[in-house]
Amino acid sequence: MAEFRLPSNSIVGPGKHFPAPEGATNTRTVKVYRYDPDSGKNPRIDSYDVDMDSCGPMVLDAIIKIKNEMDSTLTFRRSCREGICGSCAMNIDGGNTLACTMAIADIEGDITIYPLPHQPIIKDLVSDLTNFYAQYASVEPWLKSDSPAPPDRERLQTPEDREKLDGAYECILCACCSTSCPSYWWNSDRFLGPAALLASYRWLADTRDDATGDRLDDLEDPFKLYRCHTIMNCAQVCPKGLSPAKAIAETKKMLVQRRG
Amino acid sequence: MSNFRTPLSQVKGHGSAKEGTAHFWMQRVTAIAMVPLVLWLCFSVASLPGMSQEEIRGWLSGPITSVLMVLLILVGFYHAKLGLQMVIEDYIGNHGLRTAIVIGVTMVCAFFAVLGVFSVMRIAFA
Repeated sequence: MAEFRLPSNSIVGPGKHFPAPEGATNTRTVKVYRYDPDSGKNPRIDSYDVDMDSCGPMVLDAIIKIKNEMDSTLTFRRSCREGICGSCAMNIDGGNTLACTMAIADIEGDITIYPLPHQPIIKDLVSDLTNFYAQYASVEPWLKSDSPAPPDRERLQTPEDREKLDGAYECILCACCSTSCPSYWWNSDRFLGPAALLASYRWLADTRDDATGDRLDDLEDPFKLYRCHTIMNCAQVCPKGLSPAKAIAETKKMLVQRRG
Repeated sequence: MSNFRTPLSQVKGHGSAKEGTAHFWMQRVTAIAMVPLVLWLCFSVASLPGMSQEEIRGWLSGPITSVLMVLLILVGFYHAKLGLQMVIEDYIGNHGLRTAIVIGVTMVCAFFAVLGVFSVMRIAFA
């Protein structure tokens, strides 16, 4: 169901302020969403004045600095710090992106950081992506072929056929796209969302896959696929520059074309 | 209390409804059909103010005019029904309420479509 107002236990209140260390002259204020569901308290926004002279250039550098030097209770996911693992996806300056590839210099004014929107919160910036991963698994993102593989070599593709996968295979499952999609916000229990549909298209477009018909059968559903109304938030926020919206449009085209 | 269904089982749900493409496609087809029909209506209505009621009745009873008007009414209300259904499915999460509203909208659209067609025919065959 569409929710236009936050439940009373989710209304965000003011939080603590952590001043910069003495002597710091070049500071930026980072405002971070803090929430611990186990505490029974409402979420709050804590603000940290970070000394930029001893901080790396990316937003992830700033929050790692905050956790190391100012407030060790701040909780977030991070791993590769180079935009390939997808762990540090969060809502920065109003848009979903990866903290590790978002430069602080590209943000004007205070840096606001929220978790990915409209997902259950485990703590602070860590959202529960169980449903998101299950949706990914449900599209069976692996090669399905009834044709036996050639005994002496791999399954071949022409370079042209391989090109069809460009823009579809690079997804890192950070969930920026799905959690930026209003259709996903309202119907994530049934709408698969841009990431899972992009993953599905990656196999629909693969000439080595024999299960195209079965995959299309599974997607032909008013909710699983057709909640996408080409809002394009997914393509706008994707930190890898992909367009799930285009993949979904191609999937719809395949479904229309097979009707006759 | 706790839900012991696995996340994958919840996502798979009842599987695919095996429909939705027809709805999607007819929404596009009716939208395209509406373009010439609405343009025709706009140009026609623009020429009406100078005419008397009798002249307008005469205009509307012409074979081409009445056929285009019936097409406009049928295509328009069908398109409206498809579009409203999509909005309702987006925003109403309760299954019973959603089904009831979709049925209600379908009936209202059907009523006004038939009313419109009947009105045109009454003038055309008067």
